[in-house]
Amino acid sequence: MSDINSRISGIVGDNDVVLFMKGTPLFPQCGFSSRAVAILDHCGVAYESVDVLQDMEIRQGIKAFSDWPTIPQLYVKGEFLGGSDIMMEMFEAGELQTLMDEKQVAKAE
Amino acid sequence: MDKPEGNPQNTSMAGSMEEEIRVLLKDAFAPERLEVINDSARHSGHAGDDGSGESHFTVVIVSGSFAGKSRLERQRMVNTALGDIPGQRVHALAIRALTPDEAR
Repeated sequence: MSDINSRISGIVGDNDVVLFMKGTPLFPQCGFSSRAVAILDHCGVAYESVDVLQDMEIRQGIKAFSDWPTIPQLYVKGEFLGGSDIMMEMFEAGELQTLMDEKQVAKAE
Repeated sequence: MDKPEGNPQNTSMAGSMEEEIRVLLKDAFAPERLEVINDSARHSGHAGDDGSGESHFTVVIVSGSFAGKSRLERQRMVNTALGDIPGQRVHALAIRALTPDEAR
């Protein structure tokens, strides 16, 4: 496994919920990342965010790692869920909240 | 040639990405319904706007090909069909992939 792949799998392995995004939850730099943050906030779960704009290696590496061409990307308990479209569809159907409960993801403080 | 906005080549290029996406998806999925919407103007001036007017698209596609596929699988199918367009040639592509049953 290449260095970047092991770095990324370390991040998604160490955190229940990880959002790879552009910017930060307080200052998202893209509408889709902003939407992803809003959805996670609504779910009330604790999550780690990674600002790909601050890390070119991850910005490129995450696309190959997930086999997914765009940012944001959401991981829950090590599993790739998808981008903001999938997050929104799951949230609207109530499935995202159910999944977070089933996977026993920690609530936000 | 002192008025670049009148360049007929620019005019003919406008909408070419939309058309390219449409053709690729038609070929791949024989959709019952297909909408390719250029949202670029709504994102004008923001970080992902490259000035091309073809940076943000929304695709709504209805096809039997998506039956029995998860959301993730459907998006992967669409992304694969579009090759290097999502994320590289187009900054943002929102995808809604439905089966004919779901679209009713």
